[in-house]
Amino acid sequence: MSLRMLWRKSVNIIMLSLTGLCALVAVSVLFFILGYLVYHGGRDVNWDFFTKLPKPVGEAGGGMANAIVGSGKLLLIAALFGVPVGLLGGVYLAEFGGRAVPFVVRYTADLMNGVPSIVIGIFAYALVVMPVHHFSTLAGGFALGVMMIPIVLRSTEEFLHAVPRSLREGAMALGASKWRTISSVVLPAASRGILSAALLALARVAGETAPLLFTAFGNRFWSPGWSQPTASLPVMIFTYAVGPYDDWHRQAWAAGLVLLGLVLVTNIVVRAVLSRGASPQRS
Amino acid sequence: MATAPSTAAAAGLPWGPRALVRRARSGDEIARLITLVFALVVVLIAVLLVYQLWTNSAQARHRFGLSFFWNTTWDPVAGQFGALTFVYGTLVTSALGLLIAVPLGLGAAIFLAELAPRRLSDNLTFLIDLLAAVPSVIYGLLGVFILVPLMRTEIQPALKRILGFTPLFQGPAYGIGLLTAGLVLAVMIVPFIISVSREVLLAVPGDQREAALALGATRWEATWRAVVPYARTGIMGSIFLALARALGETMAVTMVIGNNPTISPSLFSPGYSIAAVLANEFSEATGNLYLSALVELGLVLFLLTFVLNGMARLLILLTTGRGTAERT
Repeated sequence: MSLRMLWRKSVNIIMLSLTGLCALVAVSVLFFILGYLVYHGGRDVNWDFFTKLPKPVGEAGGGMANAIVGSGKLLLIAALFGVPVGLLGGVYLAEFGGRAVPFVVRYTADLMNGVPSIVIGIFAYALVVMPVHHFSTLAGGFALGVMMIPIVLRSTEEFLHAVPRSLREGAMALGASKWRTISSVVLPAASRGILSAALLALARVAGETAPLLFTAFGNRFWSPGWSQPTASLPVMIFTYAVGPYDDWHRQAWAAGLVLLGLVLVTNIVVRAVLSRGASPQRS
Repeated sequence: MATAPSTAAAAGLPWGPRALVRRARSGDEIARLITLVFALVVVLIAVLLVYQLWTNSAQARHRFGLSFFWNTTWDPVAGQFGALTFVYGTLVTSALGLLIAVPLGLGAAIFLAELAPRRLSDNLTFLIDLLAAVPSVIYGLLGVFILVPLMRTEIQPALKRILGFTPLFQGPAYGIGLLTAGLVLAVMIVPFIISVSREVLLAVPGDQREAALALGATRWEATWRAVVPYARTGIMGSIFLALARALGETMAVTMVIGNNPTISPSLFSPGYSIAAVLANEFSEATGNLYLSALVELGLVLFLLTFVLNGMARLLILLTTGRGTAERT
């Protein structure tokens, strides 16, 4: 074997192992994150964390009950706003669209998907907070909903397209109108996929902090109704992590663990369900 | 169905008693209109977003004009607002992030697309997708409590010993600063580069690879000389996409960049980014000019990511043939 061949072979081995190393490094980050969160936050995820309000500044103890409920309320509004718009818009793109309008809608949706979340926050601030002059749960939920729309829209379209043509034809052959076909045959056939996509979108916005900073703001107490500022888990993590108290840092770790746990479990369950036969064959 | 007339009217469609009867007779037409209205909501939101950013930044735009971009003073008390330090911090941290993330992400993507057995590749990709789902505030949390102390006590002193003669690695090791922010950004954008690049590499026709192998190329040579160049435009697209993410990334950067509006050649020095200043000052901005200057920063950020995303999608469209806006 010539020297040159030897050189080429060793370059081959070295570079190929390097790519493997890159993959290993990238994946191991996930385990580092999980490991650190469990190590630092595990002890503080206790009953108090879920049931108590934050203690006054500087006092030890307390929990994040209000932030957990606040996050739930924000996500509820986001889902109520984002899912119907995304879903029905997706139905239009997949079932009724011509050429020009769907192109514009898709392009806009993709670009909206790439808009930094903090800019969405400014938008919600200008649209919802400024007219009424105070921060509110509603404004935060609106911001998160705006972020959900493009995701739900595009995945609804994908899943509707994946429904076999024969199903549609079967329904049409029985004399069903187009709308009847869509609502009672196509949508149910794609429902698992669409539901999964909506859940993934929720999981994504559940961790968003930036758009909440000046819409939902924060609150150290319960936030009754929908027009008061409210605490939320991600914002609490931010506030507590950059704050000066050790007790806050411990609680930030605990909240981080809870938040990441929720996000990852949702992702894993949804993706498992999706890959287990819910991905319909293309016609 | 009861809402059909009002929504159709709101959409500005032709409307009259006769048209009403005609449309009502076929439910399809009503369904089409309703769904069309919802699809157009997306466009409406985008238009409103641009409109709000534009009008709310009017005061600052008129007051400072283009000098907004090369003025370094950010003094809310004196009413002087210049964006240069923030633009600098945003660009430097994003560039650092890309510098680290591109080789790492591309390497991992090559491994996943070309080398790993399908099962392993799918499982690893699943983990990478999970990584992409980790909220940015979590990265910030780990950045503040794990990476910053590590940078202060280990990495920055070591860099100073080895590369301290360059202006880039001088000054006190605070732990926080541009370098740390760049590092966190790198970790955050790697999953995006990997998953898009992997898709693009998988879309390269097998002939390309086999032809190179048949000519006697080693596995690596076939990959690097035949497959990667073929996917070049798509990989560029993934990098643009990642860059757009990095530019707009807020929480993690805010937590580790140091939040100090200075321009210093050293990467150790604390800096400030556009997104970070928005996160820190927006809710406490007093006075219209201050708010308007912040909104203008948001507008700049929006336009930057808008252009980058548009270009990225075009590039990915060119290689995979199934870009985002065009359905096949």
